[in-house]
Amino acid sequence: MALSNVLEPAVSGFNFENSTRNIVLENGSEEGKIKAPKPMKTGTTIAGVVYKDGVVLGADTRATSEEVVADKMCAKIHYIAPNIYCCGAGTAADTEKTTDMLSSNLTIFSMNSGRNPRVVMAVNILQDMLFRYRGMIGAHLILGGVDCTGSHLYTVGPYGSMDKVPYLAMGSGKLPALGILEDRFKGNMDLEEAKALVSDAIHAGIMSDLGSGNNIDLCVITKEGVDYIRPHRESLYNYKRQAKYKYKPGTTPVLTKTVNQLELVHETVQMMETAGSS
Amino acid sequence: MFPANVSTLNTYNDLYPDWTQREVSTGTTIMAVEFEGGVVIGADSRTTTGAYIANRVTDKLTPIHERIFCCRSGSAADTQAIADAVTYQLGFHSIELDEAPLVQTAASLFREMCYRYREELMAGIIVAGWDPRRGGQVYTVPVGGMMTRQPVSVGGSGSSYIYGYVDSNYRAGMSKEECLKFTAEALALAMERDGSSGGVVRLAVISEQGVERQAILGNQLPKFSTV
Repeated sequence: MALSNVLEPAVSGFNFENSTRNIVLENGSEEGKIKAPKPMKTGTTIAGVVYKDGVVLGADTRATSEEVVADKMCAKIHYIAPNIYCCGAGTAADTEKTTDMLSSNLTIFSMNSGRNPRVVMAVNILQDMLFRYRGMIGAHLILGGVDCTGSHLYTVGPYGSMDKVPYLAMGSGKLPALGILEDRFKGNMDLEEAKALVSDAIHAGIMSDLGSGNNIDLCVITKEGVDYIRPHRESLYNYKRQAKYKYKPGTTPVLTKTVNQLELVHETVQMMETAGSS
Repeated sequence: MFPANVSTLNTYNDLYPDWTQREVSTGTTIMAVEFEGGVVIGADSRTTTGAYIANRVTDKLTPIHERIFCCRSGSAADTQAIADAVTYQLGFHSIELDEAPLVQTAASLFREMCYRYREELMAGIIVAGWDPRRGGQVYTVPVGGMMTRQPVSVGGSGSSYIYGYVDSNYRAGMSKEECLKFTAEALALAMERDGSSGGVVRLAVISEQGVERQAILGNQLPKFSTV
């Protein structure tokens, strides 16, 4: 037998073992009442499309912490290389750090070899890392870029699986976004069509998903360069602050002031053994 | 043959360890058939995460070497990582030997990895190809890490539905065209019944001349009874 801890047979159907316990916990005595924990959403809608001259990536700009919007203008399209950008969905910290590490690795490679990195290299490095961590790093990434072999769009999942497709959407708002993409995607679109398609796809995600919202960022990558449009479309519900929240110097009165002069007692210099010294 | 997926109607049984009853998140139907002069391999094109189809045009026929392919079923991440590792090892081996690697070598490399890491991996792989010494060969390496050579092999969650069809319709000594038709029909039947299989049918023929690939789109799939 492979496993020594096989004690219970697998049961089919849904498992309601904990429902009675949950009811007891919630309706317990006044002191013992426990509120059910709220599900934590890391909502996002990100999308990407390959068009005639390159790749268009899009993302919303909302970062949520349970039911509060933590950041209304967060940047979900991360820089990887001058010709490669990456949209990240999932745990914000994981996507941030993973893309930073990837960017550093590719910069070192560029310096060592004198070449521009290829998108497939970035994908391989990500796959290696995410597979090694067995899904513990919650990063769902869309990588897009243009290199000497053409325009490419890849998705990498948290377990290390990768797919190469001409159009993609990820995040909690991916289903409505994918509906728009499936309906209107064509091969070899021109720039304005592609930008409108990605923007509408993100917009659909924003409208139909609570975890996505605020503005839409777009990033257009071509052989000539990158056009990072932030924001491409602003939310209609931008609230302008009515009052200033800065305090003038002198608002808080100074009661007492004490000055302690620090006295230089003794100074020593110690020479270090460094690589350059003989 | 050890099935890649055991029905959950079976209660605890000593023959099938617990982990085979875990839900496989990427259902598939894959198939490979030997014929005189080469092999025909085929797969569906659906990758699912739960009830969502993550990719409806997946390519599950992965080249390992010039005339050796593998058909991947099970966890997408695991099989992609294993295929990458074996591609590297086989390429290195082939350069050292300065000749084309044997299909059996490729299958052994898959078996080594799948057996050694059997607790961590969920991968059912069919290795198929052509080499100058033994011609067309099909080796199956199911979940658990067994390896065996078979003239025809099916795998993945959709394979359960076509064992009867394959067993009754396979004949030794079929031609390349007959094998292609046989594979396409078997895959179409499995895709019809298995929710985790679908999309297009990807086929490839591997022989001394090289590799010919084709795809049969949804509306061109062989049709059967509409009951």
